[in-house]
Amino acid sequence: MGLAKRIIPCLDVDDGRVVKGVQFVNIRDAGDPVEVAKRYDQQGADEITFLDITATHHDRDTIIHVVEAVASQVFIPLTVGGGIRSLEDIRRMLNAGADKVGINSAAVARPEFVYEAAQKFGSQCIVVAIDAKRVSTEDEATPRWEIFTHGGRKGTGIDAIEWAKKMVDLGAGELLLTSMDRDGTKSGFDLELTRAVSDAVSVPVIASGGVGNLQDLTDGVKLGRADAVLAASIFHFGEHTVQEAKQQMASQGIEVRL
Amino acid sequence: MRHVAVIDYGMGNLRSVSKALETVGGDDVSVKVTADPEKILAASHVVFPGVGAIRDCITELKRLQLDHVIREVANSKPLLGICLGMQALLSHSEENEGQDALNIIAGNVRHFDIKPADNGKHLKVPHMGWNEVHQTSPHTLWKDIEQDSRFYFVHSYFVDPADDAVTAATTAYPDNFTSAILKDNVFAVQFHPEKSQHVGLQLLKNFLNWDGQS
Repeated sequence: MGLAKRIIPCLDVDDGRVVKGVQFVNIRDAGDPVEVAKRYDQQGADEITFLDITATHHDRDTIIHVVEAVASQVFIPLTVGGGIRSLEDIRRMLNAGADKVGINSAAVARPEFVYEAAQKFGSQCIVVAIDAKRVSTEDEATPRWEIFTHGGRKGTGIDAIEWAKKMVDLGAGELLLTSMDRDGTKSGFDLELTRAVSDAVSVPVIASGGVGNLQDLTDGVKLGRADAVLAASIFHFGEHTVQEAKQQMASQGIEVRL
Repeated sequence: MRHVAVIDYGMGNLRSVSKALETVGGDDVSVKVTADPEKILAASHVVFPGVGAIRDCITELKRLQLDHVIREVANSKPLLGICLGMQALLSHSEENEGQDALNIIAGNVRHFDIKPADNGKHLKVPHMGWNEVHQTSPHTLWKDIEQDSRFYFVHSYFVDPADDAVTAATTAYPDNFTSAILKDNVFAVQFHPEKSQHVGLQLLKNFLNWDGQS
């Protein structure tokens, strides 16, 4: 026995409220991030990730209060991503009770930011979020993926595998890898992408984007070789609990925290 | 009433530690996050947390003159080192091209071996996630915590004490390393009890109920 594979529910938070519809039976307010986080904690979530999608800069303080409130009641690791652009942003999140921060577009704009952040706060709290899209054509023998920004709309010309290695070299302690082809499709992770990145780097990789059922989570670990799997909608709508997901993974020989 | 001091030297997430201690302590416990030597020395229990790099840690402790305070605490009352706070208690760390630490527990802090194994797979470092903590012998600090319970880890370096007798728990990644140390009134853990849900809170509760002797 050894290190368990992790299941991480992800909550999109807009101006202090959970969006994309979270529904639980017997929960008073499914939009309250604290209530939702507590529910996932009870179900056995290994960590919780908050993605702040608040559009305007001046409303960003609300996510700080969310993190403070959750960290006072939920004693598992918390990651916050979205709008992290400066060392000061990171400091404020960590002081509020976050354990890790996710850096995405700020890393694309200026890769050295990842180095500075890791030097300052330690690699263990720096998660680089990578949004990748398949760009190889059908007749290419080996698949290629490229980094995209702006929710998958804007290509960068940067090769995803090379980028992943570079981020780790600069100090990323973990990678959150999202397939922009699969995100929202419920057709499963891009397992080839997940495996290619996981095999290329020495830090843990979280697979994200495309989970439609429990088998997808198991496949992400077994076939994609992910160290952790992140999902939103299959948990939000009460289709499945984290506990069910773990039991399913355990039944297929994956080590989980039950 | 127990008074807990959480040592604040500017390294990491102290809010979670103090909230977790308040949660398990209830009305019987007051928790102060402080860098004030007087308050730390006046406390009944002291928690020495920390995340980040060892050089910054030792530099800050010295600047705030907390290195002497921690040594004094280590000789007098229940002390709980967490993660980097554990590593700082050892003699020396490999991190930052080598750094002398507080030398309260003899031994070294070493990096996980990340060379690919024979099967070509490399060990993922940091060691991040929930792993089993194997208690080497029963102790009041492990009260109501099942053998091999999973705690949350996130670290790239681990402690290698000179005297095996101080090892209170081991964890496999993939080889066994010391994940908890117990020496007299000093208890130190590599994992994060404040992030380890029920078992973590139970461990903090046990620490608050510990007199540092039994």
